[in-house]
Amino acid sequence: MLSILNKEINGFFSSLAAYISMAVFLLVTGLFLWVFPDSSILDYGYAGLDSFFNIAPYLFMFLIPAITMRSLAEEQKDGTFELLATRPLSDWQIVMGKFLASLLIVVMTLIPTLIYYISVYQLGISKGNIDTGSVIGSYLGLILLGGAFTSIGLFTSSFGKNQIIAFTLSVFLCFVTFSAFDSISKIISLQSFESSLTSLGINQHYQSISRGVLDSRDFIYFLSFAGLFLLLTKTVLGARKW
Amino acid sequence: MSIVVKDLCKSYGAQKAIDGISFQTSLGSVVGFLGPNGAGKSTTMKILTCYIPQTSGMASVCGMDVNAHPMEVRRNIGYLPEHNPLYLEMYVREALAFIGSVHQLENSKKRMDEVIELCGLGEEQNKKISTLSKGYRQRLGLAQAIFSDPAVLILDEPTSGLDPNQVIGIRNLIKELGKSKTVILSTHIMQEVEAVCEQVVIISKGKIVADDRLNNLKETHQNKSLEDIFISLTASTLH
Repeated sequence: MLSILNKEINGFFSSLAAYISMAVFLLVTGLFLWVFPDSSILDYGYAGLDSFFNIAPYLFMFLIPAITMRSLAEEQKDGTFELLATRPLSDWQIVMGKFLASLLIVVMTLIPTLIYYISVYQLGISKGNIDTGSVIGSYLGLILLGGAFTSIGLFTSSFGKNQIIAFTLSVFLCFVTFSAFDSISKIISLQSFESSLTSLGINQHYQSISRGVLDSRDFIYFLSFAGLFLLLTKTVLGARKW
Repeated sequence: MSIVVKDLCKSYGAQKAIDGISFQTSLGSVVGFLGPNGAGKSTTMKILTCYIPQTSGMASVCGMDVNAHPMEVRRNIGYLPEHNPLYLEMYVREALAFIGSVHQLENSKKRMDEVIELCGLGEEQNKKISTLSKGYRQRLGLAQAIFSDPAVLILDEPTSGLDPNQVIGIRNLIKELGKSKTVILSTHIMQEVEAVCEQVVIISKGKIVADDRLNNLKETHQNKSLEDIFISLTASTLH
């Protein structure tokens, strides 16, 4: 599994696309946080990273499918999947290796954003006037959200040889699982199920962790969410054996 | 007997790709696996390498059943798939190191130098795979297959698309490897079979139509050329 993880990370960082997608992510979050007046900290007046953590899930919806779309689709297109599957590796090892590699890349993309935290920390009136607990919670939430999106991306990448289809489907699925449940629950005839419907969506659990509340239910939600999609991925890969 | 196949069947939906084939690699260490396109050669090889399971029947490699011990079987097999898939964005040594780490080999570095030497990749060893010519890619595919020093090699059309010099290079390599390993290779080139194989298995429409030592096969067919034998045994597929 580690050998797959290694290979994926090396492969990712040896391509230009990797640096471009990471740079764009940082550029857009930077613009939202410091430049655009609607969401800029400087205009907002409070020492917090809320606007970053609000925009990040929507950027992840595009960044993560871009990272994961090639992982299985390309192997199937080039036929190298046969190479992997006939080596002493189980399908689980292949799936988990790829999942952890993509998640690690997501975490690496987040690391430079710590500069935002340091800046706000320094800029606050009376230095250090920032809710560090909530920032840690939000980062944790983002990583869990990243894990959920990565598992979706890997799942759609397992469908076949086409990376564009993988990308499009996973953007759609990420969006649906993130915010569609909130919107559906607003439909009047469904209002009696409102709380159970919103708790199916990622958004509610992400918000809850972002507040700095570490509730085991949210952790279980994210773990089982990623687990479900990884299981589906493994099932799709195993379909060649049917 | 490294490979034993008994009553092996594989259907894709209603279509039978292979239909009850049985053979053993008992008559020689380099076995030629022949048949027209679509006869079921690649399917058989995929079953032997545990890539896809059979519908019925049994196959074993080094005494281990492919369904019961897939990991052990894979450890003992070196497989060169048809069309030789490679990670084009990797470097030659990187690709070999990856194979070494997948097999968790301890002396991966030393083995890499051996394999590079054996496959004649010396001059190309620091290049990116996408820049290699077809012949060198094929050598690399073979190098990956033999990297873990498996007891059995399964090569699906190892010389397709190579120029005559490269074909001879690969053939000599296969002959050399056949001294210590069991090699099954599929091919459409009859001279190749005559040059390297000791045993010949011919399949047509998913059934075995010949399985014998190369020289026995020729004797029973009044010393006709292998090409004529092949055509007479498999020609019905054209009609």
